[in-house]
Amino acid sequence: MSITLDEVRHVARLARLELDEAELLAFQGELNSLLGRCQELQSIDVGELSPRTHAVALTNVLADDTPTQGLDQSLALRGAAVTRAGLFVVPTIIEE
Amino acid sequence: MTGWTARETAAALRRREVSAVEVAEFFLDRIQRLDLQIGAFLAVSREWALQQAELAQKTIDDGSAGPLSGIPVALKDNLTTREIPTTCGSRILEGHRPVYDAHVVERLAQAGAVILGKTNLDEFAMGGSTESSAYGVTRNPWDTDRSPGGSSGGSAAAVAAGFCPVALGSDTGGSVRQPAALCGVVGFKPTYGRVSRRGLVAFASSLDQVGMFGRTVEDAAFLAEAVSGHDPGDSTSIPFEPVSLEPVPLKGVRLGFPKQLRDSAIDPDVARVVDAALASLRKEGASVVEIDLPSIELGVSTYYVIAPAEASSNLARYDGIRFGPRVDGDGHVGTVASTRGKLFGHEVKMRMILGTYVLSAGYYDAYYHRALQVRGMMAAEFEKVFQEVDWVVSPTSPRTAFRLGEFADDPLALKAMDLCTVPANLGGFPSLSLPCGASDGLPVGLLLTGPAMSDGRLLGTAHSIESALGPFPAPDLG
Repeated sequence: MSITLDEVRHVARLARLELDEAELLAFQGELNSLLGRCQELQSIDVGELSPRTHAVALTNVLADDTPTQGLDQSLALRGAAVTRAGLFVVPTIIEE
Repeated sequence: MTGWTARETAAALRRREVSAVEVAEFFLDRIQRLDLQIGAFLAVSREWALQQAELAQKTIDDGSAGPLSGIPVALKDNLTTREIPTTCGSRILEGHRPVYDAHVVERLAQAGAVILGKTNLDEFAMGGSTESSAYGVTRNPWDTDRSPGGSSGGSAAAVAAGFCPVALGSDTGGSVRQPAALCGVVGFKPTYGRVSRRGLVAFASSLDQVGMFGRTVEDAAFLAEAVSGHDPGDSTSIPFEPVSLEPVPLKGVRLGFPKQLRDSAIDPDVARVVDAALASLRKEGASVVEIDLPSIELGVSTYYVIAPAEASSNLARYDGIRFGPRVDGDGHVGTVASTRGKLFGHEVKMRMILGTYVLSAGYYDAYYHRALQVRGMMAAEFEKVFQEVDWVVSPTSPRTAFRLGEFADDPLALKAMDLCTVPANLGGFPSLSLPCGASDGLPVGLLLTGPAMSDGRLLGTAHSIESALGPFPAPDLG
């Protein structure tokens, strides 16, 4: 099984990565070699083993319901590329 | 002072043989003089360091000093700091000033440590050579034509070069232990959850753990004790007391060497050095037996499905809107894709595409779900083995430090070198690398991995091993 250039293009779009053709080709080669190696996982008999998502099984971790000071507005905005009137400026999402 | 351990420095400070400002100035000057040839640091803040040192000296003078008061520390640049930028070695966070300090940074401040600056890393900690940083490579202090390993190569090189006695890094698949091995220092990855990840910029959240570098096991333990313990701000933080070294005599210690690693890609010279070290531990009363860990060879494949999957989700937050620079494109999606496409480096983009692929419809079960099942299988094998032996031992890295650029055309070969280190992350086990000899003048690391929550005994055993093997030298940088 190998991944096609169109699949790489599709997945890059899903991952919101704008790539040029040369990059797409490079990634296709690298992905095929890495996924080729990962094929070995297919041949393992895992039976009914349940998936292990976490290293340490802590459950129902809840914080106490005590109010704490949140982030100051100016601090929250300090790293943003574009701000206006105390807000993040985003590119237009809904066109007229 | 270069040769002083953190513990010795702390003792000298308490005895007033030296002041915290003198200590900070000594290391800052050494970095300024010698880091041009190494490239360990991305940022050094003399002003902030001296402020912290003055504060530390006051606490030493008035008797309220913390355990690390006046001890210089370097931080991998994926640990957030309000005072100085945190870039993760990426252009997408160029100049970024986080809005909060990482939990470990708060803990270091409480303990009185003096943060000298931020160290280089593979971009977003994805890599094993520190070559994928957007801000240049770091060189190995033992041979500047070679890599220090990675991804915490800056922190490992800084400690090896005597730029600071101790440093923090992060370990997702071996990123503390492998560079520690390649640079001839001690690298410790605690049990998952024993150190808070709040403020450790997320790469693969179920695998990431903050780790410690020191020239001795005691120093790594000294740092671990100061930054570990429960943090309600990280829901995966284990409600347990801080890590503390528990003395373990070598006599009667049972070490298990996985037989699967005997015929694998371990360089014969590395294997010889490790075998010689194990032989001298036998003389001290430890036993070394061969153990069976059939899944260990699947670790790399399992890791390179799970880690990119988690990364593709974690790194979705970098969109050029709330922080970091923005590259305008067509509309909202175009701007986000353009920002990410232009500002992430090659390795990060590759892993995000891979992660998105293995999580996408039609491939989820074949790759991601299956990798999680193999993860459980491997962890169970380790847990079973820990009933027969105290520690699993192996070389940390199949090879000593490699030449810069050596893996440029074969990235998979570099990834395959994570063989010995990834199981500890997949199982959440504590694991430590310490120098055990040299091959052609380059350090070789011995890796010990133990059951979850055995951190104190692991450090104690490693300390006894270090005493048995004798002190490891430091490279000569002048």
